[in-house]
Amino acid sequence: MSYELSIIVIGALTGVCCSLVGSYLLARKMAMIGDAISHTVLLGIVIAFLVSSQMSGIWMYIGATVVGLATAYFAQLLHEWKVKADAAIGVTFTTLFALAILLITLFTERVHLDLDHVLYGEIAFAPLRTWEWFGHSLGPQALWILSGLMLLIIGCYALLSKQIRTITFDPAFAQVSGMPLRRVHYLMMTLVSLTAVAAFDIVGSILVVAMLVVPPATAYLMARSFQQVLLYSALFAIVAALGGYAMASVLNASIAGAMTVCAGLIFAFIFSLKIALRKLKV
Amino acid sequence: MIEAIYSFFADPNIQWVLFGTMLLGLTGGVLSVFAVLRQQSLLGDVIAHAALPGICLSYLLFGIKSVPLFLGGALVSGLLAGWLIQVIVRHSKLRQDAALAIVLSVFFGLGLMLLTYIQQLPNGNQAGLSRFLFGQAASLIASDVRLIAICALVTAVVVILFFEQWKTLCFDPIFAASIGMPVKMLHFLLTALIVVIVIIGIQIAGVVLVAALLITPAMSARYWSQSLASMIWLSALFGCLAGLLGTVTSVVLGDIPTGPVIILYGAIIFLLSLLLAPGKGLLMGGRRS
Repeated sequence: MSYELSIIVIGALTGVCCSLVGSYLLARKMAMIGDAISHTVLLGIVIAFLVSSQMSGIWMYIGATVVGLATAYFAQLLHEWKVKADAAIGVTFTTLFALAILLITLFTERVHLDLDHVLYGEIAFAPLRTWEWFGHSLGPQALWILSGLMLLIIGCYALLSKQIRTITFDPAFAQVSGMPLRRVHYLMMTLVSLTAVAAFDIVGSILVVAMLVVPPATAYLMARSFQQVLLYSALFAIVAALGGYAMASVLNASIAGAMTVCAGLIFAFIFSLKIALRKLKV
Repeated sequence: MIEAIYSFFADPNIQWVLFGTMLLGLTGGVLSVFAVLRQQSLLGDVIAHAALPGICLSYLLFGIKSVPLFLGGALVSGLLAGWLIQVIVRHSKLRQDAALAIVLSVFFGLGLMLLTYIQQLPNGNQAGLSRFLFGQAASLIASDVRLIAICALVTAVVVILFFEQWKTLCFDPIFAASIGMPVKMLHFLLTALIVVIVIIGIQIAGVVLVAALLITPAMSARYWSQSLASMIWLSALFGCLAGLLGTVTSVVLGDIPTGPVIILYGAIIFLLSLLLAPGKGLLMGGRRS
């Protein structure tokens, strides 16, 4: 696979993973939780690094998932203690992020963590990090990680399609009918954290934050069912990855940034189209 | 001992930083009350991220690095972001939180793209980016502090002048509109003040953490107060206290960034309020919902 193609495929896979879990967040009216988790996984990465002295591998995923789940849990707990939902998210993620920055600077000689890289990533380097197996190159590791993650997400959706449909459509009914609301919710939060940390490592957090919400929101404007939201948002994510790559190579600018802007342009286009159509009808 | 404390506070550099962070905490505290009551706690977060493209564009347009120009650019893009959130909520079935997340990420992505574009221009360099992302309170100088002081003064005057109107707007926006209050103007005024304080705060706390200045003090104050006025006083006090403790800690321990420490003190104050506030705290007979 050529270098350019790998970048586009990595971007598209990130977009698809993010937009699939993001659709759930959007339907549950929790869009900002995704933003919060994609910031707080930094704390998990730092703690994992201090424990294991490695910047990659299984510890990073475990640390980030635990902190991601803790973020969702604390925000929910504060909300149950009569704190408004948005304020609960705000105080949780800023506190955990401040802790992460503090730890990084305290152990700065031990943590070789390039903060700029973490926050806005460099997708251009992702294809260069490959896995080898008995001397054979298996291709970029990002492709393997993201494809595995996508299969995991699709598998969860397939297994729990009935529950997820009910929970997203009518959480109150799901609760009364005795569905394992909490378990499904924290399973989804695990997927969000896994996606955030995988993508964090590969493309940087800004593309994660964008892809978690912008394609699902665009899809939400025109879809008639939750399945359609999933389908359209994955499609928009892929288009954004393609268009963003083209835009970045013309301007010679950040690829992740350009993919984000492209997703925004698609949203703006569908949004104005909807308004124009409504005006025409009236 | 007293000698040591005296010489500590006599250092003019520390004085400026201390004065700056305390004033910023105080102003943020006052505004946070209105932001939280208007259910716009996360607006600060969005505006902080949205400032980046404004700063880049003003550099591209004028080609020089100057703080007032950057502030101007950030102000324009911050206000634009605030306006776009309103447009999305009003004209689609998307809710406020989705609109916030969309505007935040797209603006920041645009900023990133412009920034990397600037960096590869012949005379562009990335000086100041990491300061923008993570803040650097220790670099506060007299002119920064003067700017914060002006902002604090303007905020105080506006809050005193519009106290009754904002109170109505916070607790009963429909009633406020029905008796013919200039709701849009009042809302714009609040947003504008938040934009200014956020953009000044970015220099100290950084783009991610500045949001906390506009959330945590008011949330803590809520547990101790019975009226809006007392909530504002307490919130200002908590913000100021976090600024003071954070700055002193980071100077005494050395090599510790001031911004995150201030935010963590704010979080500790919130935690104590949540647990211990008389009547409302969890350990003092407060009820869970």
